[in-house]
Amino acid sequence: MDKKLERILPRVQKPARYVGGEYNAVIKDKVQVDTRIAFCFPDTYEIGMSNLGMRILYGVMNQMEGVWCERVFAPWGDMEEEMRRADIPLFGLESGDPITNFDIVAFSVGYEMAFTAILNMLDLAGIPLRSAQRDGLTPLVIAGGTAMYNAEPIADFIDLISLGEGEDITVELVELHRRARREGWSKAEFLRAAARLDGIYVPSLYEIAYNDDGTVQAITPRDGAPAVVTKRIVHDMDKAYFPVNTIVPSTEIVQDRVMLELFRGCIRGCRFCQAGYVYRPVRNRSRELCAQYCLDSCNDSGYQEVTLSSLSTSDYPPLTELCDQLEPFCESRHVNLSLPSLRADNFSMALMQRLAKGRKTGLTFAPEAGTQRLRDVINKNVTLEELLNSCRTAFAGGYNAVKLYFMLGLPTETDEDVLGIADVAARVMHAWRESAPNKQRGVRITVSTSYFVPKPHTAFQWEPQITREEYERRVQLLRQAMTTKTVTYNWHDGQTSFIEAVLARGDRRLGNVLEAVWRKGGHLDAWEEYFSLDRWREAFEECGVDPAFYAYRRREKDEIMPWDMISSGVTRQYLWREYENAMAGVTTPDCRTRCNGCGANQLVGGKCDV
Amino acid sequence: MSKLRLLFVKEAQAAYISHLDLMRTFQRCFPRTELDIRHTQGYHPHPIISIVLPLPVGQSSDCELLDFEVTQDTDGSGIADKLNTGMPTGIRVLDCYATKRPVRELDSLRADVTLEYDAGVPEGAAEQLQVLLSRDSLVIQKRTKRKELADVDIAPMIRNAAVTADEHNLYLDITVQAQNPGLNPQLVEKAIAAYLPQLTPDFVRVRRRAILDANGQDFR
Repeated sequence: MDKKLERILPRVQKPARYVGGEYNAVIKDKVQVDTRIAFCFPDTYEIGMSNLGMRILYGVMNQMEGVWCERVFAPWGDMEEEMRRADIPLFGLESGDPITNFDIVAFSVGYEMAFTAILNMLDLAGIPLRSAQRDGLTPLVIAGGTAMYNAEPIADFIDLISLGEGEDITVELVELHRRARREGWSKAEFLRAAARLDGIYVPSLYEIAYNDDGTVQAITPRDGAPAVVTKRIVHDMDKAYFPVNTIVPSTEIVQDRVMLELFRGCIRGCRFCQAGYVYRPVRNRSRELCAQYCLDSCNDSGYQEVTLSSLSTSDYPPLTELCDQLEPFCESRHVNLSLPSLRADNFSMALMQRLAKGRKTGLTFAPEAGTQRLRDVINKNVTLEELLNSCRTAFAGGYNAVKLYFMLGLPTETDEDVLGIADVAARVMHAWRESAPNKQRGVRITVSTSYFVPKPHTAFQWEPQITREEYERRVQLLRQAMTTKTVTYNWHDGQTSFIEAVLARGDRRLGNVLEAVWRKGGHLDAWEEYFSLDRWREAFEECGVDPAFYAYRRREKDEIMPWDMISSGVTRQYLWREYENAMAGVTTPDCRTRCNGCGANQLVGGKCDV
Repeated sequence: MSKLRLLFVKEAQAAYISHLDLMRTFQRCFPRTELDIRHTQGYHPHPIISIVLPLPVGQSSDCELLDFEVTQDTDGSGIADKLNTGMPTGIRVLDCYATKRPVRELDSLRADVTLEYDAGVPEGAAEQLQVLLSRDSLVIQKRTKRKELADVDIAPMIRNAAVTADEHNLYLDITVQAQNPGLNPQLVEKAIAAYLPQLTPDFVRVRRRAILDANGQDFR
């Protein structure tokens, strides 16, 4: 281990995060390696190691001969300070080598609040921040992940963006880069060639012109870059790489269990949900393969908990059959199955009995809105009666804690909708009184509200976010209405969600803001401990950028969006139709009931696997 | 039912795995052995596993012991190899055997403490440290479990200490009381800071070499 590193570790919290050496971490012989890749997650080890996409692509890249992909995470504040003082550049966990001279530095970006952490990690690595400042072919700085469906705020810092699922495109891209190095291409030559790969967006090849009112006037591709870049997907989940022999962290992480991905996409079409749109279409992994992966993963990792993961797991058609198939194994090996969250409309006794046999702690439902009217607007398609039935089932089955998630500030929300949340909580409480077999143990009902952030590529991409003052008023309104004892009410602080709303639909002019925030010390803004709204305010002011323009403005139907060069496969016409349906309070059935013509079926040759 | 004991090495990156994380790491490896670990009874059963003298984070050791109980009858042969197929870098199980001696017979531990001086070891440092560690009383300030600072005399807990030196390091071969109460050899650093501040090293490295019974024999 590096001597300088060894000296600072005794002074930092949880040093095991910074040393690597975990079971299944990939170590390669440098002599056999011609491509060094730093796979960076712009958040802490505990968060990054909980990310399934990270594990998949780590496996995919390390399967390639001559390629060594290492993990890099953002250090916590204490470690960053020590690293800077001891002059230790950001290093790969596998080799301990500084990533400064790696061939490719790749970021997995899942959320906008991680943007400043990207800049900080580049700086910690000693890599110039802006793409234009990096002349050479290496290090090539690339990014992918859900937040990259609008990459514009960080477009000036990243050489190219990989859109969608990375299993195939990552391999193609690494091979192209390898060839470019071998044949001595310039960076510009390489970027032009990369822009011709499906799913690769090279921001520097797009000219953005703005109108006087600040909206985008035109997006002009050059040097043969496509006008629209469509995301890549894996077509057959049964042929997709699954990280069976995945790294087992030696220190506790957030998702410290086997993550078994059952399917991608979501049949539901909730209008606020970016994931629901951009991960389309639905592609199921066969039950047999899921069962096999479950066994193999448990056997290799030794985990005794498996989370059946997807955007909406109870929609996996053979879910109960899968649980039944796994039961003998789970029984003999004391393995528990868990679900990330539940839909209130198809949570059944049958499913409940198959989950977490020993530990009945809590269940989580997300009704999202307090009244049927608003749930119809957002197309949540869950009724109060369904929610109460699910709660009754859970309480009757011995559960004594329920968490309910809602959003405040959804389009068209009125005070009546806000107060409806308190009413839902009271009714859930009543359901417990009716159905709990043992009332001595009491019940815990937790209501959490977040501050709605309109996201690009959703039906609400045209909508303003409600102002922070209005959000806080609605929180107070709800607080006063929450009179039921045993109901705990948690609400999000509005500051981060406001910045998130600015960045989510931001354009390239926010690049200067990001850099200014970073220079003022914004290094890990996804964490409340490190987030400071004042820093952002100052930065907006210095850069002459009005955050309200991005967060609070209603977009015109035909306005050119900053992310219009990117397609998730779902057409803009469909999103607009969904927006109009939302305003009319008309629901759209799920994809299994009927194809609604969103366009994503074109990605799989016309027929979805619903 | 059998009571088994593991002897294992903890070094390199694994030195930074905390006690609780180390327990979890072993728990995840046990399914490889096909042994059925005994669990406590009750609402939240947990496996009966204990590490004999938990090693402070950052230190290495040649001789860690972990006790556990299994429902099968076994003498533990072949278990070490199976466990080693699933361990992180720096943990190596050397042996697994039926527990014969109770932990209370563990008396002292021997450690190598390396004090690093980047600018070279100060003149006469080895001798001064040797004298310091031979004193009848050596009071340092130590945080108690209630996070308060308390004066502790560590001299009675030092059984033996020998200091040698080269250009950049002092090597302290020290044997200290292991339990009731035990002494962390790293605390020598505090004694130096309190009594010989001019000898404060740039870095201190600790490696546990042996755990001993009252007769000075290896405790297994």
